[in-house]
Amino acid sequence: MPKSGAEIIIKSLQEEGVDAIFGYPGGQIIPFYDALYDSNLKHYLVRHEQGAAHAADGYARATGKPGVCVATSGPGATNLVTGIATAYMDSVPLIALTGQVPCELLGRDSFQEVDITGITLPITKNNYLVKDIKDLAKTIKEAFHIATTGRPGPVLIDLPKNVQVNKTKFNYPENVHLKGYKPTVEGNKGQISNAAKMIGESRKPVIYVGGGVVISGAEAELYRLAELTLCPVTTTLMGKGAFPETHPMSLGMLGMHGTRAANYAVSECDLLIAVGARFDDRVTGKIDEFAPNAKVIHIDIDPAEIGKNVQIDIPIVGDVKKVLAEINEKLEQSLASDWQDKIAKWKAKHPLKYETKGSLKPQFIIEQIYDVTKGEAIIVTEVGQNQMWAAQHYKYTKPRTFISSGGLGTMGYGFPAAIGAKIGCPDATVIDIAGDGSFQMNIQELATAVYYNIPVIVVILNNSYLGMVRQWQEIFYDRRYSCTDITGPDFVKVAEAYGAMGIRVTEAKEVKPALKKAIAAKRPVVIDFVVEREENVFPMVPPGGAIHKMLGG
Amino acid sequence: MRHILAVLVENNPGVLTRVAGLFSRRGYNIDSLTVGRTESENISRMTIVVEGDDLVLEQVTKQLHKLIDVIKIHDITSEQYVDRELVLVKVGAEPTTRGEIMQIVDIFRARIVDIGRRTLIIECTGDENKIDAVIESLKPFGIKELVRTGKVAMLRGQKFTSINENREDD
Repeated sequence: MPKSGAEIIIKSLQEEGVDAIFGYPGGQIIPFYDALYDSNLKHYLVRHEQGAAHAADGYARATGKPGVCVATSGPGATNLVTGIATAYMDSVPLIALTGQVPCELLGRDSFQEVDITGITLPITKNNYLVKDIKDLAKTIKEAFHIATTGRPGPVLIDLPKNVQVNKTKFNYPENVHLKGYKPTVEGNKGQISNAAKMIGESRKPVIYVGGGVVISGAEAELYRLAELTLCPVTTTLMGKGAFPETHPMSLGMLGMHGTRAANYAVSECDLLIAVGARFDDRVTGKIDEFAPNAKVIHIDIDPAEIGKNVQIDIPIVGDVKKVLAEINEKLEQSLASDWQDKIAKWKAKHPLKYETKGSLKPQFIIEQIYDVTKGEAIIVTEVGQNQMWAAQHYKYTKPRTFISSGGLGTMGYGFPAAIGAKIGCPDATVIDIAGDGSFQMNIQELATAVYYNIPVIVVILNNSYLGMVRQWQEIFYDRRYSCTDITGPDFVKVAEAYGAMGIRVTEAKEVKPALKKAIAAKRPVVIDFVVEREENVFPMVPPGGAIHKMLGG
Repeated sequence: MRHILAVLVENNPGVLTRVAGLFSRRGYNIDSLTVGRTESENISRMTIVVEGDDLVLEQVTKQLHKLIDVIKIHDITSEQYVDRELVLVKVGAEPTTRGEIMQIVDIFRARIVDIGRRTLIIECTGDENKIDAVIESLKPFGIKELVRTGKVAMLRGQKFTSINENREDD
C-alpha cells in the first residue's frame, strides 16, 4: 500500500532505530505531525526550536546515537540554526527535519518560506531539499549514514509540504551509494609503524586527546597506550572523560584555562601525539610557541584537520580507535622516568586552586557536586565561567559524562542538552552547570522538563554578571564592566512557577544538603547558588599568548 | 602560484553554491571557475583555477573533498595538459579600421561572428596567453564589451580525470 511522505519519514526514522525526537509543530510540518499522532515514536514538545536542536544534540552526545529534531519552515527552521551550528562545530550526529512550503510556492517569498538549505550550507555536513517523494526514503538513509559515519555532523532535510502529503510505495534502502563519500577508517600501515617507532624513541612524550576519542569510543585503546608508555595525557574540553582524570598520568585539560602541568608539559615535550583533536586556538594559544620542541603525530578521521593549523611530522588518517589499537600492537616502549618525575612535580606544585575565603565559591560547589555524585553523573554545562569551573573542578573518568558546547560556545545550550541527555540516559544523574546569564537563554524549557517530568538538576552559579566577559573586562579592559552586570529573576520563584522545585543556597554548609535533596527529588530542580560575584577562572592564558605563560592559579 | 583543479561533482542542485561558498568562506581566491556536463550522466566537471601556495592548495583540496557532492579532485598543474578559453569581444569598427581588425583576426585564427554598423564581434579560442594577446591587439580599436569563459583543461595522452580511470586505451 502506498504511504504518504509523512508516514515514510516516520517509518524511516524507526528503521534507523530512533526512539526519541524533539520538535515543535507549525504550518508546513503539520502532515508530519499528523502521521506522528498515529505512531508510537516518542516526541518531546519543546518550548522553542533552539531547545529541540540542543536537546537532540545532548541526546546524541550522551548516547552516541544520532539525535533528531523537527521544526516547521521559516522561523521554525531558523531557530534551529544555532543548535545545528553547535553540533557542527563539535562533530555531533544530528538530523534536522524542517517543513517547507509546497514545491510550487518555492522561491516566491511565500509565507514562512526561507532558504534553509542555503542558510545551513556552511554549518551542516550535508543538507537536502527533497522535491520528489520518490527520493525521500533514500535521502533519509543517506542523511543518517553521513551524520553518523566518518567525522560525524549535522544533516538537514528540508521537506516541502506536498512531499509530506504525496504517496508512494515505501521501500527503505539497505545500502547507501555515495561516490563522493568514503571515509578512511584504516590508518596507513607504514605511518602507524613510524608512529610506534617515534613514540619509542621519544624521551618526553605527551598525548593530546580531543573529542574524536570520545566519538570513536577509543578510551580503552588510549588507556592502554598511556599505560604501556607511561605517557602523560592531556585532554581538550571536548576530550574530557576519554581518559580518567584520577589517573596519575592525567594532566587534566590544556589550553586557555588548562592546568599548569598540562601546559608546561606540552610546551616542553619532544613528541606530541594528537589524537582526535584539531589544534583549536583555545588550545594552542600563540601557535608559533605551541609545543615548540616537539615532533607531532596527528591521528584524525578528517584529513582536512591534518596540517590545517600546525605542521605534522606523522599524519595518520583513520578511525582513532583502530589506529591506536594498531599502534599499541607495534609499540616499542619508552619508559623514561625523568619525564614522569617532572610531570609529577608539576602536578604537585601547581594543583588547581582557589581562594577559599569570602562568600560562596563556585569552584567549591563543583567539588561538592563531584563528592555527592561520586563522579558518576553526566555533567552538562552552559558557556562561560560555569563551563570552565565545571571542566576544572570535577574529575571526569568516563566518556560521554561531560557535555558542553566547545567549538561554538553556545550560551543556552546546557539546559536543553541536559534534557536530551537525561532522556537518552534515564538512569544517570544529569546536572546542568549554568550561569545566571546562560540559563536565561533557554529558561523556557523548564516547561518541557516539568511536563515530561525529566528530572534534570540545574545548578546556577549566580553571580549576577556575564562572568567570563566581566573577567576579561577586569583583566584586559581596565574593569570597565560594560553591559555585563545582568539582573535575573528570582530563579526559585521561576522554577516553582513552572512547576519545578526551586532551592536557594547562599552558605557553604547548605551546598551538599541542597544537592542531595535535588537528586532525591526525582523531578526537575533549579538550585540558585548565590556565589562570589567577582570570582575569576584561573589559571588563564591571555588570548594570543603562549600557553606556558599563564596568569593566576 | 596558480593551480588548475579538475573537479568531478555530482550533478546535484546547489553543487556550484557549495563549491563557491567553500572558497569564499575559507578565504581562498578563485581566478576562474567553469562548470559543465561530462561524458557521464549525473556528473559535472569543474575547472577551477586557484591562487595559493602548496599549503593552501592542500587545504583547498581537502576541504573540497569533504563536500559530499565532490567525487574527485585532480590538480593537473604539474602535468601535461591542454587548456582552452573562449572569448567574445565586441570591438569598435569604423570602415577605415575594419581591414586592420580582420588582419588581426586572421593572425590569431579567430573569427568574426557578427557585423554591426560600427562594431564587430570576434570569437577567439586558445590558451590564456593567446586570449590575452588578442585582447591586447584589439584594444586600440575600442573594446565595447568583452566576455571570457574561464579556463577548461584536460590531461594529455593516456591520463584521465574521470571516475573510470582503468579504461583501456584506444
